[in-house]
Amino acid sequence: MFGLNSKDTSLLLVVAVLTLLAPFILNPFPENSDLAQFNAGYPDLMQRFVIFGIFAIGFNILFGLTGYLSFGHAAFLGVGSYAAIWMMKLLTLNVIPAIFMGIVVAGLFALVVGFVSLRRSGIYFSILTLAFAQMSYALAYSVLTPITGGETGLQIKPIDRPLLSNLEPGEIGRANLFGIEMGNSYLLNVGGWQFTFNAGYYIAAVVMLIAFYISIRIFRSPFGMMLRAVKSNQNRLNYTGLNSKPYTLAAFVISGMYAGLAGGLMVAMDTQVGPERMFWTASGEVVLMAILGGVGTLIGPVLGAGMIKYMENILSKINDAILHQWFAFMPDGLENFKVAIIHPFIGKGWHLTLGIVFMLVVIFLPGGLVEGGQRIGRLFRRKKRKDKPSPDATPAE
Amino acid sequence: MEAIVLQVLNGLDKGSAYALIALGLTLIFGTLGVVNFAHGALFMIGAFCAVTLQRLLSLSHEVVDETRTDFLGNPLKVDVPYLADWFGVDAAQSIINWSVPLAILFSIPIMIVVGIAMERGLIKHFYKRPHADQILVTFGLAIVLQEIIKAIYGANPIPTPAPPAFTGSFDFGALIGMENIIYPYWRLIYFGFAMVIIAGVFAFLQFTTFGMVVRAGMADRETVGMLGINIDKRFTIMFAIAACVAGLAGVMYTPINSPNYHMGMDFLVLSFVVVVVGGMGSLPGAVLAGFLLGILESFASMGQVIDLLPGINQIIIYLVAIVILLTRPRGLMGRKGVMEE
Amino acid sequence: MGILEVKGVNKRFGGLQALGDVNLSVAENTVHAIIGPNGAGKSTLLNCLVGKLIPDTGSVMFDGQSVLGRKPHEINQMGISRVFQTPEIFGDLTVLENILIPCFGKRDGAFRMHAFEQVFHEKSLIEKAEAILEDVNMADKKDFHSASLSRGDKRRLEMAMCLVQEPKLLLLDEPTAGMARADTNNTIDLLKEIKSKRDITMCIIEHDMHVVFSLAERITVLAQGTPLVEDTPENIKGNPKVQEAYLGESQH
Repeated sequence: MFGLNSKDTSLLLVVAVLTLLAPFILNPFPENSDLAQFNAGYPDLMQRFVIFGIFAIGFNILFGLTGYLSFGHAAFLGVGSYAAIWMMKLLTLNVIPAIFMGIVVAGLFALVVGFVSLRRSGIYFSILTLAFAQMSYALAYSVLTPITGGETGLQIKPIDRPLLSNLEPGEIGRANLFGIEMGNSYLLNVGGWQFTFNAGYYIAAVVMLIAFYISIRIFRSPFGMMLRAVKSNQNRLNYTGLNSKPYTLAAFVISGMYAGLAGGLMVAMDTQVGPERMFWTASGEVVLMAILGGVGTLIGPVLGAGMIKYMENILSKINDAILHQWFAFMPDGLENFKVAIIHPFIGKGWHLTLGIVFMLVVIFLPGGLVEGGQRIGRLFRRKKRKDKPSPDATPAE
Repeated sequence: MEAIVLQVLNGLDKGSAYALIALGLTLIFGTLGVVNFAHGALFMIGAFCAVTLQRLLSLSHEVVDETRTDFLGNPLKVDVPYLADWFGVDAAQSIINWSVPLAILFSIPIMIVVGIAMERGLIKHFYKRPHADQILVTFGLAIVLQEIIKAIYGANPIPTPAPPAFTGSFDFGALIGMENIIYPYWRLIYFGFAMVIIAGVFAFLQFTTFGMVVRAGMADRETVGMLGINIDKRFTIMFAIAACVAGLAGVMYTPINSPNYHMGMDFLVLSFVVVVVGGMGSLPGAVLAGFLLGILESFASMGQVIDLLPGINQIIIYLVAIVILLTRPRGLMGRKGVMEE
Repeated sequence: MGILEVKGVNKRFGGLQALGDVNLSVAENTVHAIIGPNGAGKSTLLNCLVGKLIPDTGSVMFDGQSVLGRKPHEINQMGISRVFQTPEIFGDLTVLENILIPCFGKRDGAFRMHAFEQVFHEKSLIEKAEAILEDVNMADKKDFHSASLSRGDKRRLEMAMCLVQEPKLLLLDEPTAGMARADTNNTIDLLKEIKSKRDITMCIIEHDMHVVFSLAERITVLAQGTPLVEDTPENIKGNPKVQEAYLGESQH
């Protein structure tokens, strides 16, 4: 189906079903229970899951396939965001032109940055991309203030009168898709549960599914195979009559366009942008996502993005009071001891947990969560039939 | 002319920090072949050694001072450092004031232990892995280290002043027959300190057998390994030395900028640019590029320059890095064959 | 007029004259060996042919066109394939994928943006690749991860990658270097078989005389960057100049 083989089709379908049912799946705990804070089924977070999923999928097309480690990918996300918000300020509050503009501008910017950076490889490439991103950040922060709003960034303000949107005097424009506002939500109460179906989330989710589908096609295409060949042995590729330069540049631009798409969607959801979106830590974050999930795999980056965003939002909300509540059944001394042990890893310390998890993954699971899943799967399969040796793992699952 | 001298001087302190961190990075890269993204964290740990020592020295106990009363008429409770009990009040105060220089001694054993633990515990297992993996795992380590520091010391910068004797500024111009060059003492001390350390490292590599083996190892790892010299142990020591250099750079930097948990990352990103501009694997290149970029940054921050090219001070280092990498692929002083693939 | 014409090629590295006035003509459909002691400039000459180095002076014509100033992939597209001293393959890819890459290169040129097509739809190319694997007796290994192959199989795979391009000229850079005698003989048989099945010109750079005399129809002897003599294997065997060049090598 969709021009994919059966395995990829089922992967796509599973992801589609999970994404569309996310408001249920991410809200497994009743509203009033103690565990409700682990629910992730609120629009803001779900939107971030899919948007960062797109960002990570795009990053993975570059790093996972070609092996070129960009440390400046957030620049494309930022540029896409700025382009999108200007479309919404000037032209229309419909999100489609904004997202489209985000993709185009980020793609053009990636073409320029990639053309220069790809003249070097290895760590030199990483430093060049980092340098471009930091320059973009510094410029957006200072000199380009008329375009970027400087430190405060850009928001949609009451004075913005987009050309094609008929706003009442004094009305603040809100992002919409042919009249459906991104903020619209439908609440469903079932028993103690409350499920939120948000228009913005579903629009972003559909976009992510399309982006995911395209990435599967790219992975399975001759083009994707060439990119893996670049990673494997660029020298051989050149002596086999193929020019590795345009292949890597195309991958870089595609990956920049994915970042621009993510940036455009971000603006579509929250109608604001600031320069910190381009800071190098943001570029580092997408690297973490791809590695954590499983670089070079199809679904890995999406998992990684989801995991990091979940940790950022849920782990960081847990505080000592909540911990005390959990361990209340224990004797006081033990309770305080446990709280003291866990304290550094939660709340504002969630980065520490992230760093440790990330290191463990790089050391023990270079294939990320996907490899972890495969290992567990293999363990079960081996138990079932011990006589048959497992076939060689095919690359780029 | 005065303006130029002043800008050069202003660039020296940052340049010194860049040079010291880049020197350590290059030592590690040249000997162990590892790209260490956690090197900035070592710089930060050094800085927090100074903070820790200051706090240790200031440890106090409460004493009820009968001669003074608070506003309710009760006897006033005052904190008296333990040091004051042992050495008397004045001596204690001057010891505390001198905590930053004292932290040099305090930090060396700590940095050696941290360095050895890092190399033996983690880096060692990544010698044979691709550079990308090394970058990633040390990047993760850097996050962990800085978060640990944040958990202990909080997120705010902690002022760690220099000894009072060196806090002021002096008229540097008078020394060289110019006017209006007022320069803080400590920055000059920092520069001198950096020069001493750099000279020490170079002398160590140049004049000891240990250094000779390390230099040979930097030139050709495999051959030296084949000679039967236990290169691994020496590399561990080299890592510890690099950690010390970064740590000392951090200790002495605290009076210039109050340490905070993310200072390591801030410096690391720039130091990496410095290393690449200097040429991966070249020690003189790292030092040269460190000072060069520090001074360049300072010139770019001049009012006249900013009027002409707004924002240039923010991007100058990156701009220079891009131009140099594109015109001189191996950096200023890089050797052929290092990190070319 | 040979398929490959090298005229008056000079190449200097600093003070070292690596190649001095090299003239070489490789006739179509022959196996031409270039031999010489270490440092004779064999590898430098080869690198000038494939675009890795550019000679200081002189011309290199292939099939009537100059190769000078062209990039390696352009030269390959003209019809020159190269086998490396140590097999260069795509280790992360499967054996079949390794063969498919040159297939795409042959069909689509140096770059084509086929990002939305699917590899498994390219039935005719896959059949072609499987056929060539059959030729080198590796059909049963087509789904193997190529990094896991034995050294001999890697060499076969690399040959197959070159052959599937149907090159006019196959350059082999010491194809048996570091091999045991049995492997060397296998490689000789493989090359003989390849030659017997199709019209192909081969140019072998080799150190091992056994290989050279088993395969070559013409031999050029290089010494100190200059061709000493070019002749048939029989005449080379008895040539005192050649013996001197090799004896000279063993003396230092």
